[in-house]
Amino acid sequence: MSIPFTTQIINLLASILLLIAFAMLSQRRILSLIKLFAWQGLALSASTFVVAYSTAQHHLYYSAALTLLLKVLILPWLLHRLIHKLNVKWDVETLINIPTTMLVGIVLVIFAFNLAAPISQLSESITRGLIGIALASVLLSLLMMITRRKAVPQVVGFLAMENGLFFAATSATHGMPLVVELGIALDVLVGTFIFGIFFFQLRETFDSLDITHMEKLKDD
Amino acid sequence: MIDLQLLALLLTPLLGGGLLAVFGSRRWAAELNSLMSGFTFLASVALTMRVVEQGPQVAFNEQFFIDPFNVFLVALTAFVAFTTSLFSRPYMRVEQHHGKLSTPMLHLYYSMYQLFTFTMLLALTTNNMGIIWVAMEAATLTTVLLVSLYRTPASLEAAWKYFILCGVGIALALFGTILLYFAAERVLGQGGTALLWTHLNQVKTDLEPTVLKLAFVFLLVGYGTKIGLVPLHSWLPDAHAEGPTPVSAVLSGLLLNIALCAVMRSKVLVDGSLGNHFAGNLMMGFGLLSVVVAALFLSRQKDIKRMFAYSSIEHMGLITFAFGMGGAVATFAGMLHMTVHSLVKSAIFFAVGHAVQKSGTQQMEHIRGMLQISPTVGWGLALGTFAILGMPPFGVFASEFLIITTAMHSYPWSTPILLAALGIAFAAIFGKIQPIVFGETTARRLPHPPALIPVFVHLLLALILGLYMPPYLAGWYRQAAALLG
Repeated sequence: MSIPFTTQIINLLASILLLIAFAMLSQRRILSLIKLFAWQGLALSASTFVVAYSTAQHHLYYSAALTLLLKVLILPWLLHRLIHKLNVKWDVETLINIPTTMLVGIVLVIFAFNLAAPISQLSESITRGLIGIALASVLLSLLMMITRRKAVPQVVGFLAMENGLFFAATSATHGMPLVVELGIALDVLVGTFIFGIFFFQLRETFDSLDITHMEKLKDD
Repeated sequence: MIDLQLLALLLTPLLGGGLLAVFGSRRWAAELNSLMSGFTFLASVALTMRVVEQGPQVAFNEQFFIDPFNVFLVALTAFVAFTTSLFSRPYMRVEQHHGKLSTPMLHLYYSMYQLFTFTMLLALTTNNMGIIWVAMEAATLTTVLLVSLYRTPASLEAAWKYFILCGVGIALALFGTILLYFAAERVLGQGGTALLWTHLNQVKTDLEPTVLKLAFVFLLVGYGTKIGLVPLHSWLPDAHAEGPTPVSAVLSGLLLNIALCAVMRSKVLVDGSLGNHFAGNLMMGFGLLSVVVAALFLSRQKDIKRMFAYSSIEHMGLITFAFGMGGAVATFAGMLHMTVHSLVKSAIFFAVGHAVQKSGTQQMEHIRGMLQISPTVGWGLALGTFAILGMPPFGVFASEFLIITTAMHSYPWSTPILLAALGIAFAAIFGKIQPIVFGETTARRLPHPPALIPVFVHLLLALILGLYMPPYLAGWYRQAAALLG
């Protein structure tokens, strides 16, 4: 009983992905957060590459290259430029209750694995559990978005969520049709640009990127 | 073959977006915007006639699929987009005159308006469940900068909320789509066909039920955020209230419908796979909750656009409920309601837009006596309100009547809840609109004459649909209802 080497690597990369999601949850420096995001992208790209190699799905090589280009190079670079221009490079966020957030995160992971359990049983052993991991990292990124009070980390959380989804698409299902993947990548890229425009509009109007300023619209 | 019509339908707004990205600052940009929207509408008419003549068909390597269900939405979308562009011409000029908008902002608006139309039409006509997702996300991206067009703190907050909430929602929908593909791939094999709806529809009984069940939950929650279903609705009133009125009109009248269309496409597949009423029950639950919560919130609103945004949530809930009940009559009623709600709600937003410009505020207590200052705006608002509240003889009455009688028949427990909610909504809206229409005015005249023809054209169409349903339209709805089951 031995698991093929490639599968072991994919599982390893999946766990790295999840670990990084946890690390992002507790990371307070914006700069480090972006670095973590780039590392997560790298893990994602590597796992896509291994899946492409082990299943001989040629279009997955394109996906892997696309991920490398977009998630490891372009998006982190864009974010770097943004925080440089906005002068929030060294911002440190005061996060309250990191232990509690971590505990909630663990609960989310258990929930995700439970939810994905019936599906994992269907899949042909190699990728068992990967959907659970993907869902868990999506939920962790969601948690990160909820707990953050600044605009840039929220957006990083948003992009990390996309990473989890992409992982589900490539590793658990061996890749969506290329046209769909290209469409998703385009949306993510355009989305990041629009977020960038937004940051400047927010700063111009509120003098900060703190979204606590933006809790005026309520039904009283 | 429908290749030519389809190409015209999709390329016209795309070309319009490109042209207006270049010429958006010119004096004739508004006219160009209306012209492109007009061409799109003509293309949609040509497409519709073809499909009526020849029945459902696929095009371009099966990447596009037109059937009676989406063709009526295509025609409706192109029509409302056209009339809204007519309305926005004088409206935006007045905004500019009042100093609320600058030429670069208008430039952005015109270009994004065309691209938004394109993404909506793409989401409607595509056969690929993945491309539906891409187009829905693109629709968010094109409108988010329109919501924050005025750059006021409130509009930025609204746009940020819209972006983040819809972004998260749509990400969940992507997870649902991935699960759907996961199930489909086992039946249809790798590659391009496994996300094509027509192929999925043929093998829907073989799709793995456990996966599809989970997929549908994600898809409903994801696209449901866009529909504005409670409790995922909190972006909707803000975005409608703070964005420019033409954007509110198309968001409310069109985008919500399109998200619902995506949910319905998924529901057909899930129903086939599960063979029970799981998807329908979920939709009924969300729908009923939306109707009740929105009705309760209506009476607490002070901002006129916000109030009508809640009214949209209520009506979307009602349509979701009708589609959830399923069956020929309820689905027919749901589609009729979709049509009349789009027409009437956009007409109301047009009238409200001018009323707000005349009074200089969105606070209802300061908008008074519209009939006095401008009978057309006043009557437009009054008739639109009557129509949306489901007064006969407007079409909303017919569709609500059908929905409630079906509910009485199949799910009697829901009838009192629905009736109570509709009653509360009636009292709330009527009570607030009455002094706005009648009473003493404090409003002023506008520098540009308003375009009120679209308001009355929409209301007239809603009236006609209430009095007399053209046989071919009824046949259409019936075919679509049979398709959706």
